[in-house]
Amino acid sequence: MTKQQANWSPYDNNGGTCVAIAGADYCVIAADTRMSTGYNILTRDYSKIIQLADKSVMASSGFQADVRALQKVLAARHLIYQHQHNKQMSCPAMAQLLSNTLYYKRFFPYYAFNVLGGLDSEGKGCVFTYDAVGSYERVGYSSQGSGSTLITPFLDNQLKSPSPLLLPAKDAVTPLSESEAIDLVKTCFASATERDIYTGDKLEIVILNASGLRREYMELRKD
Amino acid sequence: MFRNQYDTDVTTWSPAGRLFQVEYAMEAVKQGSAAIGLRSKTHVVLASVNKASSELSSHQKKIFKVDDHIGVAIAGLTADGRVLSRYLRNECINYSYTYESLLPVGRLVVQLADKAQVCTQRSWKRPYGVGLLVGGLDESGAHLFYNCPSGNYFEYQAFAIGSRSQAAKTYLERKFEGFMDSSRETLIKDALFALRETLQGEKLTSSICTIAVVGVGEAFHILDQETVQALINEFEIVGEEPPADEAAAPDQSTGAEPGPADQGTPADQGVTPMDI
Repeated sequence: MTKQQANWSPYDNNGGTCVAIAGADYCVIAADTRMSTGYNILTRDYSKIIQLADKSVMASSGFQADVRALQKVLAARHLIYQHQHNKQMSCPAMAQLLSNTLYYKRFFPYYAFNVLGGLDSEGKGCVFTYDAVGSYERVGYSSQGSGSTLITPFLDNQLKSPSPLLLPAKDAVTPLSESEAIDLVKTCFASATERDIYTGDKLEIVILNASGLRREYMELRKD
Repeated sequence: MFRNQYDTDVTTWSPAGRLFQVEYAMEAVKQGSAAIGLRSKTHVVLASVNKASSELSSHQKKIFKVDDHIGVAIAGLTADGRVLSRYLRNECINYSYTYESLLPVGRLVVQLADKAQVCTQRSWKRPYGVGLLVGGLDESGAHLFYNCPSGNYFEYQAFAIGSRSQAAKTYLERKFEGFMDSSRETLIKDALFALRETLQGEKLTSSICTIAVVGVGEAFHILDQETVQALINEFEIVGEEPPADEAAAPDQSTGAEPGPADQGTPADQGVTPMDI
C-alpha cells in the first residue's frame, strides 16, 4: 500500500529572475516582466518590483500570488510603523521585518524568492537576499529566481570582492559607478534570457539614490 | 448636573430616561481644550488648541492622521483619543488590505460610533471620555463628522468642541454658508479665526495651535509651525485694516471681544478683501 500523494498543490511557479546590486551611494534592483506557468506565458508585462518605503525596494520571483500577498502585508506593516514612529522604515529595519514575516509562515511558506535593495541610514547601497522562509544576509549583490543560476556566477566573476580574510577589510558594495552597474544588470539579463525560458520580454530596472527613485526599461528577447 | 442615586454605573437608567455616566463622559469632552473642524466641497480643515500643562512640558497631541484621506481632532481624555485613533488607523489599514481602496469616511464613523455604544451598555466598561472630529475625503466628497462618547455621530459643515467652543461655534454659524465653495486658503483662515475666538484674549501663535488639512489631491497632513505662523501673520496684518466682510479685531494683541460686533464696519477698503 503506497502512501497517497497530493493531487493538488497550493503553489505554482510563475518564473522570472530578480537581481540587485549595491553601490557606494546607489542601489540597482532589476527584474524581468515575464509571468509564466508551466510552458505558457501568462503575460509579458508584470512587475515583480515594489517600493516598500522611501529607501527600500523589493523584487520577488516565485509564486506571484504569494508575492502579492507578501507585498500587501509588508505595506500594511509599514503604515503601522509610520503611524507609531512618525518616520519611514529604514532599509535594514525593513529587511528584518521581511525576514520575520517570512518565518511567521514557516510551516506554510510564501513561495517567494526575494531580494531587498535600498539605501542604509548612511546613504550607502544595501542589498539583502532571502530564502523562502526568511533566512537573510546583507550582501553587495544578489540574484534570485529561475535565471539566478546563470546570473550569479557571472556577478561573482565581475563583482566579488577578494576574500574577507584579507586586511584591511573590503567593503561589500561595488566600486562601480551607477551607470556601470546598470549596464552590468542589462548584460546579465540579456544573457540569462538566452538560455532561461522563463526569463525574457522586458527588463524593469529601479535605481535608488540620494535624489530618489528612477525607473528604466529594456526590451528582452520574447521567445 | 448634581450627584444622584442613578449615576453610579453606566447600565443604570434614571427615571427620566437618562444615562448619567454617558452624560458625564460628554462633560469630559467639554472640559478638554478646543478642537474645530470645517469643510468645503474639496477640503477639510481641522484645528486644535494645544495647551501645555506647564512651561516645562510639551504639548499634547490632539490631531492624528488616520490614513492619507482621513484625520481626527480630539477633545477630552487624550489617552482615550489616542487609543481610538489607533483603532481607526487599523480599520483603515484592514479595509485597504481587503478592498485595495480607501475606507469611506461614513463607514469609519459608524464603526467608531458602534464601538463607543458598546461601552454604554456593559457594566464592566466605561464610556470613552473623548469627542472626535473626523475629517476626510472619499468618493462622495469631503466630510466632517463629530463622534460623541454616547455613540452618536453627526455630519457637520463646521463644528467646534471642547472648552470655549461656543465662541468658535458662534463665529462658524455666521460664516458656514460660504464654506462649501471656499478655497483651501480661506478655509484655513476661517479655522484660525474660529480658533482665536476660543482663546479669549490670549495671542494666537503657531506654538499653541495645530492645523491640519486634507483635500482633493492633498493627503492629510499637519501644517508645520512656520507655515501656520505665516498664515497667522498674514491675517493679523490684514486685521489692522479690516476688509468689508472679515471680523478681524483691529487690536489683535489685546483681549478684544470675539469678532461678531466688528462685522460690517469696514475701516478702510484699500486692502485686498479676503475672498469667500
